[in-house]
Amino acid sequence: MNDYPKGGFFGKYGGRYVGESLVRALDELKEASKYYLNDDAFLKEYYELLQDYAGRPSPITFARRFSSSCGQGVRIYLKREDLNHTGAHKINNTIGQILLAVRMGKKEVIAETGAGQHGVATATVAALFGLPCKIFMGKEDVRRQAPNVRRMELLGAEVVSVESGTSTLKDAMNEAMRYWAEVSNTTFYIIGTAAGPHPYPWIVREFQKVIGEEARDQFLKKTGKLPDQIIASVGGGSNAIGIFYPFLKDLQTELTGVEAGGKGKGPGEHCASLNFGSCGILHGTKTSLLQNADGQILDGYSISAGLDYPGVGPEHASLRDSGRVRYQVVGDEEALSAFEDLSRLEGIIPAFESAHAVAQARKESQNRKGGESFDILINLSGRGDKDIDEYFRLTSLKKGARS
Amino acid sequence: MNRIQKKFSLCREENRSALIGFFTVGDPTLEDSFEILNAVCDHGIDLLELGIPFSDATADGPIIQRSSRRALLSGTTLSKIFDLAQRLREHHPDIPMILFSYYNPVFVYGPEQFVQDAIRREIDGILSVDLPWDYRNEIVRFVPEKADFDYITLIAPSTKEERMKKMLSDSSGFLYVQTRSGITGIGGEKDVSRYDHLKERSKLIRGTSDLPLCAGFGISRPDEVSDLSKFCDGIIIGSAFERIIEENRNDCRRIRSKLTEYLRSLRACLFR
Repeated sequence: MNDYPKGGFFGKYGGRYVGESLVRALDELKEASKYYLNDDAFLKEYYELLQDYAGRPSPITFARRFSSSCGQGVRIYLKREDLNHTGAHKINNTIGQILLAVRMGKKEVIAETGAGQHGVATATVAALFGLPCKIFMGKEDVRRQAPNVRRMELLGAEVVSVESGTSTLKDAMNEAMRYWAEVSNTTFYIIGTAAGPHPYPWIVREFQKVIGEEARDQFLKKTGKLPDQIIASVGGGSNAIGIFYPFLKDLQTELTGVEAGGKGKGPGEHCASLNFGSCGILHGTKTSLLQNADGQILDGYSISAGLDYPGVGPEHASLRDSGRVRYQVVGDEEALSAFEDLSRLEGIIPAFESAHAVAQARKESQNRKGGESFDILINLSGRGDKDIDEYFRLTSLKKGARS
Repeated sequence: MNRIQKKFSLCREENRSALIGFFTVGDPTLEDSFEILNAVCDHGIDLLELGIPFSDATADGPIIQRSSRRALLSGTTLSKIFDLAQRLREHHPDIPMILFSYYNPVFVYGPEQFVQDAIRREIDGILSVDLPWDYRNEIVRFVPEKADFDYITLIAPSTKEERMKKMLSDSSGFLYVQTRSGITGIGGEKDVSRYDHLKERSKLIRGTSDLPLCAGFGISRPDEVSDLSKFCDGIIIGSAFERIIEENRNDCRRIRSKLTEYLRSLRACLFR
């Protein structure tokens, strides 16, 4: 098995820091996942569903007009995870995990969700396999991602609105873990990001690395070389680890993760846990966290509900320390401009999350002088339909403020 | 014998179980909290669990989540908790006190510093909710050999027998055995079979370990305390105390009198 995190740790990050109630469920999941992720019949079913149900492989699109607007020599390509069934990369992971749930004989699935994309992807596979499904979602996110709430309900899932804390992704995950501690015997928790206790960060990476594996082949076929740089947004970090992982050994390809800079560098103004955080333990994993000097977790902020998380997957913390991946910060304003640009120049409306990566690509292009050729591949992790109402709410607020 | 051992041996002599109280330190305020803890030590708590508030209490139900939130809003930090524990110790030299914490506040404080400061304050041990037994050395390795500072092991209904045996072979102080899986809180209706699993567990445990067996999670009513006291060495109550604090949070004197009254009803049910 490739790069299995030894003892559940990626360097000094990771682990399984949970209450005793959850130890058995995680041990069983560890054994099951180690077995099935090396089982040909399991992998065959997984890849068949990715192809026949989710619509993989997702294409790579050369963004001609957007590239031109970024300057000479720069060619920007998009890995189109937005074209997957349910509109984001999340389905890759939920298909994999529901197959594990079924094989482990679980009778119900639960999940946390921020932007609602993982919730929708979980509700979708639960419907496909006929399992009851509960989705925990912060009350604030229920408000700002209303279309996804309706989708989940239509798919037959129960959406549980969580009112603790700032009522966002962190709180949804707290509540999902509490519920799971009680029913882990019969219930499978489908975690949506490359965080949480071991073995989740590993499982999620294994189910998302299909993005990078496909992209590597496609890019080589299309251009005869590897991309010079890959850019992906990082909240918990599942889309980023999915596209980065198969390129980790290709040292000629720069890897850049983009964290949500929100509205500033102060506490509570952003979600950039790799850039501004410190080492700590949250949701079962040791990683880089937004916290105060007493070890209390701080609330993050971002326009993007999917990036609004004070921690990050432990493998990213390790890749930051090793220097293999550079992690940058893009704020709300820049992400909103990128959201508009890609819509108008390419006819592709990106999710707010993905718009952060698009904005970073523009910045990187502008930093390059001399018109030398340079190929950037952006992981366009999801489509922006869910963000349209919020976009118009924000822009009308802005107009209101100006007049 | 250390403080914890002495207390359980005393209870055995009195033919009763020990009453263990969990309180979030700093709820509703640090000063009120000191008065409250002082009062419960005077009125029948045998062993005190000092809860360190955490922003993301994933092993706790709504009552302790809210008490943690109030404690954090009142400015409670680990250093202030140490100071409060020292003051309490001066008044109550014989009551064992353990810290009850999520791991992150301890990790950020520095486990080595944490252990040193706790021992200096004559605190008797720690239970870290989300630092499972296999990770105990992140704290235990800093405990000097001669120090009386226990790492309390928590056993859940889902803990496998094989794992439990390993845990029992390396535990100290007392054993915290969950009456049910899931999170803390106040239990539902009386159900005569609800403790059957725990009884089975206790037989297994008694076969391998001499440590006092204490039951916690969901206990609030005197009849529950009475049922459990027949086969447990200690009864742990948390949410029920916190609920009284919450309901009377603007009147510290009322909190103390309500708690005293409640303690009296529990004390009557501890006998075997």
